Amino acid sequence: MAIQARDLSKDYKYGFHDEDISVFRTKKGLSPEVIAAISQHKDEPEWMLKFRLKAYDHFMKRPMPTWGADLSGIDFDNIYYYVKPVEEQSRSWDDVPESIKRTFDRLGIPEAERKFLAGVSAQYDSEVVYHNIREDLTRIGVIFSDCDTGLREHEEIFRKYFGTVIPPNDNKFAALNSAVWSGGSFVYVPAGVHVDIPLQAYFRINSDNMGQFERTLIIAEEGSSVHYIEGCTAPNYSSDSLHSAVVELIAHRGAKIRYTTIQNWSDNVYNLVTKRAMAHENATVEWIDGNLGSKVTMKYPSVYLMGEGAHAEVMSAAFAGTGQHQDAGSKAIHVAPNTTSNIVSRSISKGSGRTSYRGHIKVMPKAHDVKVNVRCDALLLDLDSRSDTYPYMDIENPDVSVGHEATVSKVGEDQIFYLTSRGINEQDATALIVNGFFEPFVKELPMEYAVELNRLLALSMEGAIG
Amino acid sequence: MSDQATLDIAGLHATVEGKEILQGVDLRVRQGEIHALMGPNGSGKSTLAYTVMGHPKYIVTGGSLAFDGADLLPLTPDARARLGLFLCFQYPTAIPGVTLVNFLRAALRAQGKELPAREFLQRLTTEMAALKIEESFRSRYINDGFSGGEKKRSEILQLAMVRPRLAVLDETDSGLDVDALRTVAEGVMSLAGPEMGVLVITHYPRILEYLRPDVVHVLHAGRVVASGGADLAERIERDGYEPILGSAEAASRLAPV
Repeated sequence: MAIQARDLSKDYKYGFHDEDISVFRTKKGLSPEVIAAISQHKDEPEWMLKFRLKAYDHFMKRPMPTWGADLSGIDFDNIYYYVKPVEEQSRSWDDVPESIKRTFDRLGIPEAERKFLAGVSAQYDSEVVYHNIREDLTRIGVIFSDCDTGLREHEEIFRKYFGTVIPPNDNKFAALNSAVWSGGSFVYVPAGVHVDIPLQAYFRINSDNMGQFERTLIIAEEGSSVHYIEGCTAPNYSSDSLHSAVVELIAHRGAKIRYTTIQNWSDNVYNLVTKRAMAHENATVEWIDGNLGSKVTMKYPSVYLMGEGAHAEVMSAAFAGTGQHQDAGSKAIHVAPNTTSNIVSRSISKGSGRTSYRGHIKVMPKAHDVKVNVRCDALLLDLDSRSDTYPYMDIENPDVSVGHEATVSKVGEDQIFYLTSRGINEQDATALIVNGFFEPFVKELPMEYAVELNRLLALSMEGAIG
Repeated sequence: MSDQATLDIAGLHATVEGKEILQGVDLRVRQGEIHALMGPNGSGKSTLAYTVMGHPKYIVTGGSLAFDGADLLPLTPDARARLGLFLCFQYPTAIPGVTLVNFLRAALRAQGKELPAREFLQRLTTEMAALKIEESFRSRYINDGFSGGEKKRSEILQLAMVRPRLAVLDETDSGLDVDALRTVAEGVMSLAGPEMGVLVITHYPRILEYLRPDVVHVLHAGRVVASGGADLAERIERDGYEPILGSAEAASRLAPV
């Protein structure tokens, strides 16, 4: 039976909502029985059930984190932890249900673009409904599937890495995800293989009170490279939703992984994501992370620089409108010598919106000749907008070069006057300044995402001028 | 009624941060004419430019300001621009992350002068070449790290792309070397004519050798104290402001209040 959309937003552009066609869901709330039901429904091996139950114990034992954003609005008992929308995973576009296709159409994934996509893996509710791997990817040994399929078809690789970067007891929400995870992507790139087209996944929450707990695991073997992109939009619901993902990346010697995310959850979603990468000798990991929307986001993409010569690049952008709190940042843990990290963060607060930059740089005793560069800039659009910076530095080796720069600025009267003196109205002038502020981030995005982001920013700016 | 617009400034008083700078300015500039507004430092020249364009810090406390018959006072700067006014800034502001080309497209679109992409780029290329501006300039961020000369060229480039009905040039000559001054002045002259009037604000007469104004005004202590032909600028070049200001003060003492 379909759930009725109760509060289709009028002003939230992506707040449309398809009829819920879910066929299986667990009851609301979390218990060992619910977890067993999920595992059984997925026909998982015994070890995964044990992993889930152990993670559940961790989750129950851990207190709610209180050091960051306000999470008191989350009601864990009022959430469906597993929803399966269709019986079988679709293999081709023709098999994808019409209502879901409509959703994708409205998200604006153009027909022509699909040809260029290495594979579109779309997370619809908790299950991947559409998955198409281009034949040449398969031919060169690249695995790109949803995580459940990864476990089923490539259990040996999967088990070797799953939960090794982010163990279930890492934090309360990683524990929750480990207990109830479903969907997400599994990517394996064999040694020496360069995947020259970005692998893309489109995520979407589409069920009232539906938590989304996807799990992504990417392994790049020695000397390989891959760019993974996920973009998220969520329909707007009347009650709070929880999104708590775990993303684990492993870049082996000389490998390069770039992970690009743009998240645009509707403004009732708690978005609490743990993202972490291991970068081995001479490996490079790049997190490109854009956060718009959501009620609360807590997300700090991290890189553990495990081998000499490893490099971390984190570029993030956050936009917080009225009632929103973006608590984002980055961590770089320099374990090995001669490792480098470069962290750039840009955030914009509008109305009563609040952005926080929370960063952690750690340099271990043996990590000499480390270079760290952190730069965070915040732009405030209104008098009651707020931005805070919490940079933690933990340097245990004297032979380190650390640069840290932080600025907070306001849109200047003279900037607005200059732009408006050319005929541009004040709202568009502000949007131009805001887009310009995000430009270093937008420049890193593939064209279609850059266009979408600029459009979303323009929408977010509507009514910005009081 | 002529179809040429007129900038009508009458008895204009304006304050900046509580201080009265303009104290009854009278000035009329027609679309097809070139006027020079001269005057020593602190006479209120730049204040007049900002007030005409509607900077929020410049508060009009008396008099009137109209363009093409429309009262400018209730209008925002963008509305004034859409009427056909343009201000070449003395110190244009940097807008990091916004490229000149995107800015120009946004400005033209806002003024209803949008061109097809191809035509736009062709025109941009032509105008940039005329102003001796490098190709790479178009993808630089507006005024961000520009040298003084680059800022002025960028202002004139915008002028050339926007094609307003009346341009106010605020000390466009300051900080330019002789060659750059000639390039910029020639750029303005190629645009000035029946379609575009110019009010050039300067305190050096040199730029006027290129711009050949129809009328020269001298602003002093927030009022226009003298107006004349090109010979007025020549007298200022030769004798400085003092003889003119001296006689103006004498004249104002004699004039009935």
